[in-house]
Amino acid sequence: MIGTERLSKVFVELADTLVDEFDVVDLMHVLTERSVDLLGADAAGLMLADQHGGLRLMASTLERMHALEVFELQVTEGPCFDCFHVGEPVVNVDLGDAMAQWPSFTLSAVALGYRATYALPMRLRGQVIGALNLFTEEAAHMSDEDITVGQAMADVATIGLLHERNLREKTVLSQQLQVALDSRVLVEQAKGVLSERADISIGEAFARMRSHARSTRTTLTSVARAVIDGTPAEALVSA
Amino acid sequence: MTSVRVAQILSGIVPGGGPVEEMPSTLVLACSSSLPVSGAGIVLMTDSGPAGVVAVSDAAVQTMEELQFTLGEGPCVDCYSSGRPELHPDLSVTGPPRWPGFAAGALEAGIRAIFAFPLRTAETRLGVLELYRDSPGGLGDDDLVQALAFADAATAVLLLLQGQATQTADPSQPATIAVLEDRAEVHQATGVISVQAGVTPGQALALLRARAFAAERPIVELARAVLAHEIRFSTMDGQDFFVP
Repeated sequence: MIGTERLSKVFVELADTLVDEFDVVDLMHVLTERSVDLLGADAAGLMLADQHGGLRLMASTLERMHALEVFELQVTEGPCFDCFHVGEPVVNVDLGDAMAQWPSFTLSAVALGYRATYALPMRLRGQVIGALNLFTEEAAHMSDEDITVGQAMADVATIGLLHERNLREKTVLSQQLQVALDSRVLVEQAKGVLSERADISIGEAFARMRSHARSTRTTLTSVARAVIDGTPAEALVSA
Repeated sequence: MTSVRVAQILSGIVPGGGPVEEMPSTLVLACSSSLPVSGAGIVLMTDSGPAGVVAVSDAAVQTMEELQFTLGEGPCVDCYSSGRPELHPDLSVTGPPRWPGFAAGALEAGIRAIFAFPLRTAETRLGVLELYRDSPGGLGDDDLVQALAFADAATAVLLLLQGQATQTADPSQPATIAVLEDRAEVHQATGVISVQAGVTPGQALALLRARAFAAERPIVELARAVLAHEIRFSTMDGQDFFVP
């Protein structure tokens, strides 16, 4: 089992990589190395999807060139591939049983001496952006606690990537937030305005606004704005 | 802003499998327990004022936000509009000259010190991290640095939540972060009042606030009365806004 002191040291170390000279590559290397230490794995690799949705190896604890093949093959099959597409952990997989599922990957992994494999998703904005892949030379043995810790480490790395998102993304998101907050208020105000003008209930006012937005293929926000500005289509008031 | 402190705060509140929606709560609790304060909260703000509470460590923070929404004044309001922290180690001294209504309400609620920090990206302000004490007292230099780090971490969390906001039930409404009380009825009532009094929604909110203040009733209660047609406004009320 993992002692809490060791665990917090690892988290602090991960956090330490998020300093001013932030280096994404450095973060990923620390993540793979520490996941090997903490989770009793023999090898780890971190794969992220590129803009075409293909998995690319970003960091691994394996040095030998031909050993990298076990990751590169996962572009088309393997635990990372499955994990990435399903968005769920793929854990405690006994490679002795995996030939039918992932023929090329399994051959490559077994040739390196591994007996079990695990893949944990890295999730961002509701999408999976990649996976942390682990291998052990022993048969599959990671406990639920180990897997939770491994997932937490993958989540920290995701936070790190988020925290360092570029300025443009920060601006876009913060503007989205402001627009959404304003829109919430506008829609509620418009319900009040329309209910008073047309002498209908708030619920009926909302229903008319939504139906008008749908039938004119505009957003509810723009319908709300029109109501407040006093230029609603006839349909809204007289329906 | 990247710093070791911010990174440590973030890694300390990562859910590790739990829902990301819990992160603001975890953050305010961590903030409240690691600084010499009684409580903390994350408040969203727009140019119209407080736009809802994302997370609070206790009810007093929610009371403060409610007061500032009702009165349209207070440390969060000023912090948001100036983009600078508001530090009030003794609210009974510095509060009343700035915000007579808010200070009276806050002191009555047992709030004796307030520290508000803006949550902002380079170009946009999102809200405020609000801390309070139930006895007078200030934040030392290191506490101040730590509080600023919590503010930066809170900003990162808000952006994370905005990025992860799933579609609301109505896809034509933009998805965003959930708040504890969205005060829909208050905004609906301002819509109603804007028609009755012939004023803009912003002016209608001012009318509603003034009526609530005069009647010594919570603004939500008055809003409900407006929606139930128990209270009406008229163009007479609106005339206060028009310059002859």
